[in-house]
Amino acid sequence: MVEETLQRLQSQKGVQGIIVVNTEGIPIKSTMENSTTTQYANLMHNFILKARSTVREIDPQNDLTFLQIHSKKDEFMVAPDKVYFLIVIQNPTE
Amino acid sequence: MAPKAQKGKKPSGQKKEKGGKKKPKPLPDTEEEEPLNMESMGHPEIYPLVLTTKTQEIFNCRIDEDVTDEVPYKLIKKEDIFEDLQNRAAVSDFHPVKKIVREYPGDELLLVYDKDFKYGLNFYLIATEEGKENYLNPPELPPEEQEENKELIPEDIYIYHPPLSKPWVSLGSEKEIEEESVKESTKQITYMISRKRNQFGAPITFSDQNASSAKDAYIECTAYPDKNFTLKKLEKDIGMQVIPHIKDISTQTRWTYPKNATTQYHAREFSEEEREKLGKSKSLIDFLKKVSTSVEIALQQNEIMNTFIEDWRCLAEEEGAFGDKTDTHLKEYQSFTDLHSTTEKKITCISWHPVIYGLIAVSVAVRLSFEDRVHLSGKLLLQPSLILFWSFSDPIHPQLMLESPEDIFCFQFCPTDPNIIAGGCINGQIVLWDITAHADRIENIKASGRSKKVALKPMFLLEPESNKESIFIRHCAVSSIESGHKKIITDIQWLPDTFEINRMGFVYENRNGICCQLATCSADCTICFWDIRPQKPLTPQPTEKKKEESIEIPFDVPSTFLHLDLSWKPLAKIKLSKGETSLDHCPTKISLTEDHLLYKTQDKILAQTKSLKAGETSPYHNLEGGMTDHLKPLEDFCTKFFVGTEEGEVIYTDWKLERDPDTGRFMTKKPVNLYTVHDGFVHTVQRSPFYNDIVLTIGGWNVAIWKEGVMTGPLLQSCCAPKMYTSGHWSLTRPGVFYIGREDGYIDIWDLLEKTHEPALSQNICITMITYIKPWTFSPKQQFIAIADYYGTLHILEIPWTLSHPSVNEIASVNYYFEREVKHLEYVEQRKIIRDQEKKEMDLEMEKKKVKTYQKSKEQAEAELKMEYESYLELEKTTLINLGLAKVTEKVSYMDLI
Repeated sequence: MVEETLQRLQSQKGVQGIIVVNTEGIPIKSTMENSTTTQYANLMHNFILKARSTVREIDPQNDLTFLQIHSKKDEFMVAPDKVYFLIVIQNPTE
Repeated sequence: MAPKAQKGKKPSGQKKEKGGKKKPKPLPDTEEEEPLNMESMGHPEIYPLVLTTKTQEIFNCRIDEDVTDEVPYKLIKKEDIFEDLQNRAAVSDFHPVKKIVREYPGDELLLVYDKDFKYGLNFYLIATEEGKENYLNPPELPPEEQEENKELIPEDIYIYHPPLSKPWVSLGSEKEIEEESVKESTKQITYMISRKRNQFGAPITFSDQNASSAKDAYIECTAYPDKNFTLKKLEKDIGMQVIPHIKDISTQTRWTYPKNATTQYHAREFSEEEREKLGKSKSLIDFLKKVSTSVEIALQQNEIMNTFIEDWRCLAEEEGAFGDKTDTHLKEYQSFTDLHSTTEKKITCISWHPVIYGLIAVSVAVRLSFEDRVHLSGKLLLQPSLILFWSFSDPIHPQLMLESPEDIFCFQFCPTDPNIIAGGCINGQIVLWDITAHADRIENIKASGRSKKVALKPMFLLEPESNKESIFIRHCAVSSIESGHKKIITDIQWLPDTFEINRMGFVYENRNGICCQLATCSADCTICFWDIRPQKPLTPQPTEKKKEESIEIPFDVPSTFLHLDLSWKPLAKIKLSKGETSLDHCPTKISLTEDHLLYKTQDKILAQTKSLKAGETSPYHNLEGGMTDHLKPLEDFCTKFFVGTEEGEVIYTDWKLERDPDTGRFMTKKPVNLYTVHDGFVHTVQRSPFYNDIVLTIGGWNVAIWKEGVMTGPLLQSCCAPKMYTSGHWSLTRPGVFYIGREDGYIDIWDLLEKTHEPALSQNICITMITYIKPWTFSPKQQFIAIADYYGTLHILEIPWTLSHPSVNEIASVNYYFEREVKHLEYVEQRKIIRDQEKKEMDLEMEKKKVKTYQKSKEQAEAELKMEYESYLELEKTTLINLGLAKVTEKVSYMDLI
């Protein structure tokens, strides 16, 4: 079931990789190689927490639902949850 | 005034004292001055005088005559003196003593001659009677004293008379003395200081003492605030800042210096088992379920549209224009003239070297009419006709000179091998050159650092070997004179290397990969196709072969095309005939389906030449016979092409030969379409580099643009220009721009997107007719246009940015424009049909009307005829009367008639 979902996501156009991390930033599942996974997970983890804390500090009843970082070459999408984070890296074709 | 003199004087004064009598006379005293008297000498009565000779005469007291040493005096009467004073006034010598004389009590004054000048002047007057008496009558011993005086001084016994004390007579000098004298004001105090003797020189001891203890031990001058010097500050500048609460705390610690420390860490990871366990956990599944939807939406959104597009940036034109955007003129870059030639030459054709930067080849021909050519044919034979290679680095000496037997009127570099050049001559021959041997020379042309000692000699004196500057290269091969063209070759083109043609005009695939066929058109109304490969002869002719072999060739000519030399025959000939009439079309330019060189295939050529270099022998050196026998012809290849003729027609015809049903022979097809559009001969038939089916034709005084497939007419036909157009070319980078050269040396630049009825820009290049235009692009920034004129000068101009750089979507815009024109033509056609119909209808109506009017009754017609006849008679009568030929029946006055 997990695999199917990940496969489905992977088959989308332009997707480069998918990582599932827990709240501490340790990757659980990934479609990319190990070193890249670790790097992305560590870097994104701090960012996700910061974003979440920002949202909640402004309004404690608010919560982060989705996070997108659009860069020149790629796009990082993060879907946070209480326990896990899903990170997807896409290269949108222009 | 020695006392001695005083003493002496006293007695002598007493002796000599005399006075003159004087009568008091009242005299007006204008001046009263005190005369000088000898009071100082003790004789207040003596008044010294100066008596001039005149006065002496008057008063008879002339010196040494009346007044002598014995009797040195004279008694003068007062009256006489007054008289003299009156007579002589101020001039009189007695004037100073006038007052004295007046006051003189007696009558006579005594005037004494002062010989020794005792009193300063030569005479003196005694003013008192007493004095006079004393003088005259010196008491007691006058003569004796006189004598004694003379002898007294040495012998006299000086009797000392002690001074008699007299009572002091104060004259007021005591006061002065008192003032000047110094007296003690106060009594002088005397001190006596003593000290014990043993204390002298003893050591001194100092001791401290409190200053305040002893009275008056110190004097201080305390400072006190003086009100005159205090300023009260009334204004002060203060800065204030509100800052958050700050707390400064400092401590003293032991100072430590920074040290480098490292930490090595390893990212935490789950072990495989843990991962698997977690991977299967329900929480993960739930999570993914929840999250995947939104992620998918986001992913797809990105694919659909890029929300971060900057619309403004994409809308604007590309920036980074090089050069001034307002500069639209062609800038003169360089110009080349052949200074060697003796006769006047014109440039007939230009071609840029496809590969090498800055190398351009021009063909020059003698500027003579046919008659002159015949006249000077002997002289012309001596001068070789040339193709000159010019390089930007050397404007004086051409790099290479290709020799040909006759004047070349058109030539072209082979697209696949730039060292092969084919040219068409004025006599109908085709000439081939192979400059592979000199390829290095022209590739590495450096700036002219050559010696300028080589004088420019006329050509016929130069020998090719001694001229180190430029090399004459003899042609490799010429075509056969009998079987080729009979008249001047007007256009020569290499067929692209993608296909080849056989005798019948059938198209085959070109397996060689090189261009090996040429197409030429000439004034003898034929278009020929040539193949540069050795052809297998249809009938073996060994004897002729031997003859050919015995022809000697110069050793420096490469043997690439030896097989073709002088025996080259065209592969296929197409005659453009007009049917039964004898006059055939005279083609001037042809345009095949794909213009190879215009599509910049530089990269392709470069790749080929590189591979050639590696392989050492080019395929041109190993040409084999055509393989057309083995291949199947391509069916759906378009064999039609455009031809421009000398009469100004544009023909669209087919080169495929068709079988004539009557004779069974292969005949050229009739032209598909023929348009008479231009007024003069068509010199440019060119396909657009951007659109394969758009053809530009220029001839006479106008321009036409055609689209292949549209048979109704040209898409654009310009109106007649004031000056004849003599050359033209599409722009290589802008789809809607083309250049036209005029006969007065102007170049018209047309921009279809700007104006279609007249040129967008007109610029003067030279003074004479422009014979050829060829633009070329070296880089996106640098584009040149080569313009050749009638006087043999080649001008290279730089095309400005605005003309060379296409705007965004220009291709689409121009395409749209052409499509609109096509539609317009169709519409015109449609309208024609409609108009025809309308016209037909109108004619029918007219017919009907005529039929209606014809139905009149006969009687009416007769009545009308009669009326007409009568009116005619009237007219006749009046005319005759007016002419005076008929007699006037009524008696009308002569004047009325006139």
